[in-house]
Amino acid sequence: MTDNNFTYPPRVLVTKIGLDGHDRGSRIVAAYLRDAGMEVIYTPPWQAIDAVVNLALQEDIDVIGLSSLATDHLIAPDLMESLSKADLGHIKVIIGGIIPANEHAMLENAGISQIFEPGAGREEIVESVSRLAAAARGGKQQFEEVSL
Amino acid sequence: MNIKPKQMHFSELEQSHSDWQQRYDTQIGQNKTIENRSGLEVKPLYSPLDWDSNQYTQDIGFPGEAPYTRGIYPTMHRGRTWTQRQLIGLGRPQDYNKRVIAMLKAGASAISLIPCNSGFRGIDCDEVPVPLLGTCGTVINTTHHMTDSLKDVNYENISTALNDPSPFTLFAFLLAAAKRRGIPISQISGTSNQSDYISHCVANHMFFRLSLSGGRRVLLDHIEYCAKHVPKWNPVSVVGQHMQQAGATPAEAMAFTLSTAIQFAEDCIARGMDPDDFLPRFTFFFDISISFFEEVAKFRAGRKIWTRLARDRFGAKDPRSWRFKFHGQTSGADLTMQQPLNNIARVGVQAMAGIFGGLQSLHTDSYDEAITTPSEETAKIAIATQNILREEAHLCDVIDPLGGSYYVEKMTNQMEEEIVAIIERIDKAGGMYAAVEAGIVQRDIGLSAMRFQDKLESGEQPLVGVNCYKGEDSWASPPSYRPDKVKMQKFVDDFLQFKSSRDQSSVDKALDNLAHAAKSDNENTFEKVVEAAQAEVTHGEIIACLRREMGAGEPVIIA
Repeated sequence: MTDNNFTYPPRVLVTKIGLDGHDRGSRIVAAYLRDAGMEVIYTPPWQAIDAVVNLALQEDIDVIGLSSLATDHLIAPDLMESLSKADLGHIKVIIGGIIPANEHAMLENAGISQIFEPGAGREEIVESVSRLAAAARGGKQQFEEVSL
Repeated sequence: MNIKPKQMHFSELEQSHSDWQQRYDTQIGQNKTIENRSGLEVKPLYSPLDWDSNQYTQDIGFPGEAPYTRGIYPTMHRGRTWTQRQLIGLGRPQDYNKRVIAMLKAGASAISLIPCNSGFRGIDCDEVPVPLLGTCGTVINTTHHMTDSLKDVNYENISTALNDPSPFTLFAFLLAAAKRRGIPISQISGTSNQSDYISHCVANHMFFRLSLSGGRRVLLDHIEYCAKHVPKWNPVSVVGQHMQQAGATPAEAMAFTLSTAIQFAEDCIARGMDPDDFLPRFTFFFDISISFFEEVAKFRAGRKIWTRLARDRFGAKDPRSWRFKFHGQTSGADLTMQQPLNNIARVGVQAMAGIFGGLQSLHTDSYDEAITTPSEETAKIAIATQNILREEAHLCDVIDPLGGSYYVEKMTNQMEEEIVAIIERIDKAGGMYAAVEAGIVQRDIGLSAMRFQDKLESGEQPLVGVNCYKGEDSWASPPSYRPDKVKMQKFVDDFLQFKSSRDQSSVDKALDNLAHAAKSDNENTFEKVVEAAQAEVTHGEIIACLRREMGAGEPVIIA
């Protein structure tokens, strides 16, 4: 699957926050990641930010994949803030969907690791998520060592 | 084969065909199998051998005559072209109003309103982060919002489509606004577009508010209410568009839509309604993909199947009940974010497929559809595309101009067989509601979406600018529509102010009556929604009340 050495497969939460229900893309991405051997937690759309944070904590998530086709990415910075407040800053968050070019900087500044636009392929997505999961694990370990 | 065309001896025809086949096989080299999106094989050539013209009278017939293969009216687009109905939704009611007036001036002949995503979810603007308000639809939470959105629009004379299913609050606001303007509601014409709750449950998950059974009950109440009070209104639009956008093949989308219509019609019959009282007001709403001939065949097949369902299965006797009236929307899922101007060409081809498919009403997507809520400029190009097709291209000179094409007739029959087979499968599963509750439809749509995605990934299905002809030029991206946050915040503040200034006792009374109707078995819930709209009850309050009584729905998602 990847060059990274995982003792257990990457754990990925694929979800949608906000108001939109279009899930053709998120279902396909979830299947890509599952087929690549990752553990995928998939939620219905319209998740509240707090619910996503709780789920990420309970499920020991490495990467959160947000799908945004109708401007819900505009509240992604709120999710980043909530993750950080919950001491889950090591989790990497990616967004896929319709993300206008002039809003990329806003999302990157808020700490979003990667943005996938329409046309992104299976290989590219799997490779990135795997790499980000490894980085998240590294970050988590560091955080736990400091905390001890 | 038993086809015996009159002018040519069958054996001669077979011999000529076989000669051609030999030359073809020698010259073609690697002959790959081509399938359309519905998975039906498409041959390199069709001839009289594929089509029994002796079946013409029974299977095809003439326009305006059952089974309506060639169109539901004798004159079709030669008599009256389609309604140019553009879906519009953005910002605040006053932003919508400005756009609607501009589109009517540009050639639109009817209006269509799409609410904000907060409205889809059944909540008012004060419960939503301001940045998400009005980005993809108009915020309309009250009767006075509806009044503002239709200022200076003569909706007593043009038809209005409201994209808003159970409990149809936008329609209730429209009726209340009409009463305030002094327009008799019996004059109001249009469609409760997207009134089909099932499509929202299995695809896209927009307009997801009440439980499936709750949505079902209010839909039927609304059909009865319209038959009695708003006879020019089409209370039902059965939707295949969402399902095809979510990945269903054209044949699946048509089949699932007809299965849904079967369920709605049988529900009405079970309530004691006469099919000829409600079927003439049934309408359909479909996606039109760029798979040109397949789409034409899909619509021709759909008309034939609906005729038989209405006449033979439901026992309707009035030919108006047999006519399959539909609105088409060019497929946004076929459009690309990359090289966005190319979408104008795609929309032109999709629209032609709908026109040759015999549609009654058309929305053409703007070229920035894959990126944003359209700007006024891109929306005007979309309506101009319709103007050009209607006025310049001579598409409407001949009725059903592709009828009689060996290919189109054969494909119409093949699509029909495929669609009927899927309908039979849904019937066996206990009908559309049972199939949806079991996740059968959702799974099929998901699998079809994945199959199509695999074809895009492998390049088997080329997509210009995405998996081929990517080029090196940088294309300017159209600006994304974002409502003015300051104005939107003021709008929310005004809404809160309005809520606190209402006559609370009449609001409470209207909500009590609504809850009472929902609890009872025989009261009409939609009548109480209309009364609530008149009493200034808001969209979110009406839906919250019904959710308490009827339950909220959760989508069944099959990964």
